[in-house]
Amino acid sequence: MEEIQEDKKIAFTPPDVAPYNDDDDFDQDPTSEKGAKRIEDMLLNMGPQHPSTHGVLRIVLDLEGETIVKATPHLGYLHRGVEKLAENSTYSQVIPLTDRLDYVCAMNNNYAFVRTVEKLLQVQVPERGEYIRTIVAEMQRLAGHLFWLGTQALDIGAMTVFFYTFREREVLLDLFELICGARLTMSYYRIGGVDRDFTPEIIDRLYKFLETFPEKVIEYNTLLETNRIWVARTKGIALISAEDAINFGLTGPVLRGSGVNYDIRKAEPYGVYDKVEWEVPLGKNGDTYDRYWIRVEEMRQSAKIIKQCLDQLPQGPITANLPTITYPPRDKVMTDMESLIHHFMIATRGFDVPEGEVYCGTEAPKGELGFYIRSMGGNKPYRLRIRPPSFIHMGAFDFMARGYMIADIVTIFGTYDIVMGECDR
Amino acid sequence: MHPISQQIQERFPEAFVESIEALGELSVSVKREKVVDVCRFLHDDPGLAFDMITDICSVDFPNEEPRFEMIYQFYSIHKNRRIRIKARVPEEDCTIDSITGIWKGANFMEREVYDMMGIVFNNHPDLRRILMTEDYDEGFPLRKDFPVEGRGWRDTFEFLSS
Repeated sequence: MEEIQEDKKIAFTPPDVAPYNDDDDFDQDPTSEKGAKRIEDMLLNMGPQHPSTHGVLRIVLDLEGETIVKATPHLGYLHRGVEKLAENSTYSQVIPLTDRLDYVCAMNNNYAFVRTVEKLLQVQVPERGEYIRTIVAEMQRLAGHLFWLGTQALDIGAMTVFFYTFREREVLLDLFELICGARLTMSYYRIGGVDRDFTPEIIDRLYKFLETFPEKVIEYNTLLETNRIWVARTKGIALISAEDAINFGLTGPVLRGSGVNYDIRKAEPYGVYDKVEWEVPLGKNGDTYDRYWIRVEEMRQSAKIIKQCLDQLPQGPITANLPTITYPPRDKVMTDMESLIHHFMIATRGFDVPEGEVYCGTEAPKGELGFYIRSMGGNKPYRLRIRPPSFIHMGAFDFMARGYMIADIVTIFGTYDIVMGECDR
Repeated sequence: MHPISQQIQERFPEAFVESIEALGELSVSVKREKVVDVCRFLHDDPGLAFDMITDICSVDFPNEEPRFEMIYQFYSIHKNRRIRIKARVPEEDCTIDSITGIWKGANFMEREVYDMMGIVFNNHPDLRRILMTEDYDEGFPLRKDFPVEGRGWRDTFEFLSS
């Protein structure tokens, strides 16, 4: 028995290395310039599958102890080639593609795209259509900011707020379902107007929601601002000065957190933003807390805008009367043969757009969402460029993350309100 | 001509190509050798003050010469106006100077242009692919001669080619 066991033993030859020497690791002489201990830089990989990266973001961190020396984002895990696909789709077919950019705020993406095409076509949208668009865009901004507030607090460790913000977001998503039949990927906007009109039920439910919403915002505030850990983890974290923020091309709440008054809804008014009263909240310090405060304040302003728009909502058509561009009314499509043919033609062949180029920026909840379209005539864009705020914010990530702790990384990309669908396109 | 394009023309007479105003937007074409100088002038001149970079992208015209067009969008926070600068890049010498020295935000945007269109930026601090993987060698996806369905392994699938 013992012999067999002896045979089974694998012969072990020690590797040809120098014997372990304690002096290599610890300098015995405390007066030496090398210091008492050996210091090594550490490389830490985070993501792409990480619960708080809001999708598939991978970051490689160069660390010195727990301090970040350098943070290198590796993007592209969600790249689907939307710009290439758009070059081979008619203009109307691009609208569902834009839903999949920032899938948390699909309405704002639709709005940004249809505005660009309308600018190229020089289409005027009727008044009721503009009001409905503005209302829906602000509802989506509310839903987007609620989503951000819940997940940002959840990432930092304040879990409770998540349940409260998602309760209100659910009400808004139910309303979207009433408006267009979908909850996330809406495709509600059309070139020249919107898909369907508001019913009295939607308006009633929206009024009811707005009655209680201001109290709900106070509720979130009390949950967060009295939470000492949450405050300590947001105040003074991810600071950026106004000059740097402008130089990096940051937009939206991230830029306004540094005190720069740039909101496209005020700078280049569109929709009916110039017909209602509202303010642009501005931060002072440019830290995560200021950006939180701006988003909360923007929710109050959005509620104000929706309320005024509902009060002023005029009667009339919701789409421009341009038979070659806009779809015929839905009830006619189902009963009238010419309308059906017409609908079919626009949906399949599309319409011709004159030659030209246009850039149009729209204030999405995350920042300036711009579309650049180069048209060579014909029914498809020759080149469609999406200027995604999340991607450009990631460009400043390394700059903003240096010198903070590993634990702050989650706060820093949370503060951009980053969505990878839009970042990678 | 728009006063801003006039200023650019006076300052860089040899670089100025043309100025177009359409749909309320101003776009100025310049020679690619002078792009950095023109951009620095736009950024530094207190009367113009285009302090914010909005976007950098490129367009491919395979049947034209020079083939590629770089498009820069700038915005001035103080004056609330936009400008578009365009420069043509030929296929044989597919390079242009980087403007990362003026706007730090140009870093990622130029990397994307390199990744998608294959235009090389001189003096760029970290020119690597950004959206595609770093070892991607099937070409540059946004060029017009790149097929929409992609290239690579799938080309060998028999049921697709037959």
